Order: sequence, then structure tokens, then C-alpha cells
Amino acid sequence: MSEKQKKATAYWKENLRYLVILLFIWFLVSYGAGILFKDELNTIRLGGFKLGFWFVQQGAIYVFVILIFVYVRLMNKLDKKYGYNED
Amino acid sequence: MSDVQIWTYILVALSFGLYIGIAIWSRAGSTKEFYVAGGGVSPLANGMATAADWMSAASFISMAGIISFAGYDGAVYLMGWTGGYVLLALLLAPYLRKFGKFTVPDFIGERYYSKTARVVAVICALIVSFTYVAGQMRGVGIVFSRYLEVDINTGVVIGMIIVLFYAVLGGMKGITYTQVAQYCVLIFAFMVPAIFISIQMTGNPVPQLGFGDTLSDGSGTYLLDKLDGLSEELGFAAYTDGSKSTIDVFAITLALMVGTAGLPHVIVRFFTVKRVRDARKSAGLALLFIAILYTTAPAVAVFARTNLIETVSGKEYDNMPEWFHRWEKTGLIGHEDKNGDGKIQYVASPEINELTVDRDIMVLANPEIADLPAWVIGLIAAGGLAAALSTAAGLLLVISSSVSHDLIKNVLKPDLSEKGELWAARLSAAVAVVVAGYFGINPPGFVAAVVALAFGLAAASFFPAIILGIFYKKMNSKGAISGMVVGLCLMLFYMLKFKFGIFDGGKDAVSGLQENWWFGVSPEGFGSIAMLVNFIVAIVVNMFTPEPPEAVQEIVENIRVPNQAGQAIEH
Repeated sequence: MSEKQKKATAYWKENLRYLVILLFIWFLVSYGAGILFKDELNTIRLGGFKLGFWFVQQGAIYVFVILIFVYVRLMNKLDKKYGYNED
Repeated sequence: MSDVQIWTYILVALSFGLYIGIAIWSRAGSTKEFYVAGGGVSPLANGMATAADWMSAASFISMAGIISFAGYDGAVYLMGWTGGYVLLALLLAPYLRKFGKFTVPDFIGERYYSKTARVVAVICALIVSFTYVAGQMRGVGIVFSRYLEVDINTGVVIGMIIVLFYAVLGGMKGITYTQVAQYCVLIFAFMVPAIFISIQMTGNPVPQLGFGDTLSDGSGTYLLDKLDGLSEELGFAAYTDGSKSTIDVFAITLALMVGTAGLPHVIVRFFTVKRVRDARKSAGLALLFIAILYTTAPAVAVFARTNLIETVSGKEYDNMPEWFHRWEKTGLIGHEDKNGDGKIQYVASPEINELTVDRDIMVLANPEIADLPAWVIGLIAAGGLAAALSTAAGLLLVISSSVSHDLIKNVLKPDLSEKGELWAARLSAAVAVVVAGYFGINPPGFVAAVVALAFGLAAASFFPAIILGIFYKKMNSKGAISGMVVGLCLMLFYMLKFKFGIFDGGKDAVSGLQENWWFGVSPEGFGSIAMLVNFIVAIVVNMFTPEPPEAVQEIVENIRVPNQAGQAIEH
């Protein structure tokens, strides 16, 4: 395997690791907190909101936005580390 | 003419003038400008354009109303239509941008080195886009007829002319910059009434916080507790609890998320930015812009529902405010005094309930119910039109590029010149507008039902083929094509059987079939199962057929690293 290919493989592996972690959180806040565990969470209150209800109608969406921006940051750093940055 | 009508005319005319001005300023001169706006759109502009592209008449007009009546169950739309952007940003957008062609069938056709794959992808794209666009044109007509009191069909024709103008002239370039303007119009139109009402009801100017706050009447009661109480008193389920089964909520949310990520008119927006990092960033910005509306909608839902119950329930019909009678004329709200006591009885039980409410009224009449100034009411029409037109334009572009680029240029007539292709693209856009307009004027009864299912179709066909194409280097053409065909057919079959009752004697049989749903999953949620089947079929077929050629595996390795995306679009 050439040096160039090794670099690409290592970059791809790190990328995949980020994806698994971020998608795990994605699953947790939407399907976990909002659907599977909502009854348990609903016993906790956040002001006027029951927590499970808050997650499906607000919280999950906020986390989605944050997740993408975290990914953007991580990948920009990774691009630099491997010299793939485009500017 | 009333104040409201004058304001509506002024605001609609101003916004239309703006769109036409932008269209003239941003004409497309080459196929690259027509298909992907030249590939140099800034992430911020692309984020706004994607948000407007994505948020349709349904998001603007219907969603808050649906949530209003579904309570917790409305979650499927809120999470489903936003969570897909995480998949898009992480799993699709950067790699498709690096691949750097014009259309989704382009990717499928080249990655799976096969004209058959390209044609299958074109068919999927056309089915998904046409079902979706007809609903938008209808939406345009409805907004026109309710606010400006023109005939629905005249409304559709006016909408057609406007879209025709900037889609045919400007292609993706014209569409992108009008969508930026349309985003600004629609978000302003949605937020202003929401903020007004939030202050009115809870004293909190941020609707997202307001609906979890205490009422401004000084009682110290939380708004949501009050609504739960009111709902249960009238025999409805508590607002913050749901009535759908957990598996179905799970399946529908997944189908909508994956469908969102698989919709060609959304994916193609990421071909328009310069670099891979811009594609990632603009996916984040798009979701941010979408989230502003999507986190406000559930607040609007709670305000509107509480307001409605308090205004009408148990009150004298003769004392109803003016808006009630105005909307009664449109048929969106109705009262039948069953027990003859002159009061409006609004309860869950259908035998004694006297009030019928169309869910769209929750956004359309909300400012009037809350007694807001005339200019705020006028805004709603301009916002609804912006939402419908921006989505329609995005879809028409997918239809026209699928035909001119993928069918004509790549399959039927490869020697077509650049200029010829540009004219073919313009012509197919024009034909597509007319066809969409026809369906808007003569809506086949199934349009409304099918729009929701377009997501299931996208999930069942495109999503697995694209994901496997990027993340599974050894995936071959036979596997991908069989997966797409089986996924699409299965979804169509389930839809026809359980949504339209085609095999069991028509629409009337549908409700009786509910207990036969496979795994208890509704047709709306079945896209997630069809998607799994697509994945399984593709992988199994792949195991027994030869691996893809070296050159194709190299393409896959190449799209995984971001360098030189700028050059990729040149060829």
C-alpha cells in the first residue's frame, strides 16, 4: 500500500469513529429520550415541560443542530491534520 | 376591501416583485449554472436556500395544526423532518459534493457503472418529485383563494407563471437566490405572529420558552398543564401524551428522517457549493434555519389549541367573534347545533361533538384568533406562498435535470451539445411546470396522502443505494439495482394495499385493514421497513455477483477524502 493510500485509510478510519459516536448521540436523544424512555423522563419536569415531551418537541432538534456543527469542527481539524484542507 | 386584504395584496405583490427581480438578475448561461448554480454558492446562501427548498406549504401551513391536534404524536414530524439533516450532513453531503456531478442519478449511474441503474434512479426521482410538486401547486392555489378571494385555479395559474419564469430562465442559479429571499419572507411571516401570541399568553417573547412558561393571567399555572387539563376535560387524550403505538412512532420517525436524507431536491443543493467543507457547513446552517421554524411550530400549536378551546368551547354561537364566521364560510370551521342549546359543544366523542375544525386553520387563522393587527395577518399569505413556491421550484429543477441531463444527454442522445442540453433543460422545466399545474388544478384524490408517502418512497429507493455506494466499496451494480427495485415496489405495494385499499375493494376498506399492518407499522412508517429490505436484498445479491471494476472502487476511495473538489466539477 502506498504512503498516500495509508494516509487516506487512516483518515477514513478516524472519520468513521466520529460518525459512530455522533450517530449514537443522535439515536439517544431522538429514539431514546423522545420515544423509548419518554414515560420515565416525563416524571421529571423542566419548568412547565415534562422532560420526555420536551425532548421530542424541542431538545432533540437543538441537539441535532449542535451535532452537525461539532462534526464540522472535528472534520475541519481532521482535514488539516492529514493535509486535506482545501484552502 | 378590508384592511387585511389590502395588506395581503401589498405584501404578496412586493414579495413576487422581489422574486422576479432576482430571476432577471441571475439568469443561467451554461448547463453548469442551470444545474448547480455554477458550483460557487456560499454556505450561508446555500443553507438558507436549502431551508426554503425543504420547508414546503405543509411545513408552513399544516404542521403546527397537525401537532395541535396530535399533541405528543406530532413528534414524528418534528424529529423526523429535522433528524434527517444529521444523516445528510454526516453520511451523504460531503461525499456527494466531492463526487461533484449534477444530479442524484448521475451519482447512481457512475458509481454503479450502469445505464440501467441510472434509469432506475431517474424513475425513482420522477415518482418522488411529481407526487410532491402537485401538492405544492395546490397549496399555492389554496392560499390565493382564501386570502385574495380569487378562484383556486386562477391561483394555481398565477403560481405556475411565477415559477415558470424564474425556474426556466434561471435554473438552479435563479432558484437558489429566489429561495434565499423566500426563506427570509417565510421565516419572518411565521415568527412575527408567534412572538406576538407568546407575549400575549405568557409574557415571554421567545415562543420556544413561552409554551413551557406560566400563564400571564397571574394564576401561576403552567400553560401545558392547563392545556392537558382542558383536553382531558373534553375527553381528548392529555396533550403531552400520545395515542400512537411506540413501534409506529419509531417507524414513522425513521422513515421521515431517512426519506428527508434521500430526497433528490434536497441532496442536489449540496452540489452547488464550492468545497467539501462548505457542503458540511451548509448542511449545519440549513438545519439551524429550519430549526427556527420547527421549534416554534410546537409552541404555535399549543397557543392556538388553548386559544381555540377557550374561545369556543361551551360559548354561545351568536357571540362568536367575527373571524369565526369568516372562516365558517370557507368551510374550514363548522358548527352544527346538535342539542339545540345555542352553545358550541367541542368534545372528543363524535356523537355529541358540534365543532369541526380543519387543522390548517391553526396557522392561517391564528393571528385573527389572537386579534393581531392587519399587517400581521397579511404576512401569512406571503409566507405560505414563499414556502410553496420555493419547494415547487426545487422539485421542478430535479425533474428537468433528470430528463435533460440523465435521460436525454446520458442515455438517449450523448452527442447533444452544451447549448442543446441547456435548451432541453429549459424545455423540460417548462413541461414539468405545466404538468404540475395540471395536477394542481385537477388534483387526483390521492395527492395529499401521497405527499407524506413520497418520503417512504425516497427512503425505500435512494437512501440505501447512496449509503452503500459510499461506505461499501465492494458494492456492485446488480446488488444496488435489485435493492432499489425491490424497495420501491414493496413500498408501492404496501401503500396501495393499506393506504388506498386497492386489493380489498377501495378506500372504504382501508380502516378495516389496520389490524393486518405488518409488525403494526402504518403505511407512513413502512418506508423504514422497505429500506431495511432494500439493504438486505442489495447485500445478499452482491455476495453472489462479481465485484465492481477497479476503476469504480477507485472512485469510491476518491470521494472519501475532500481534496480538490473544485476540480471534480469541471469535467
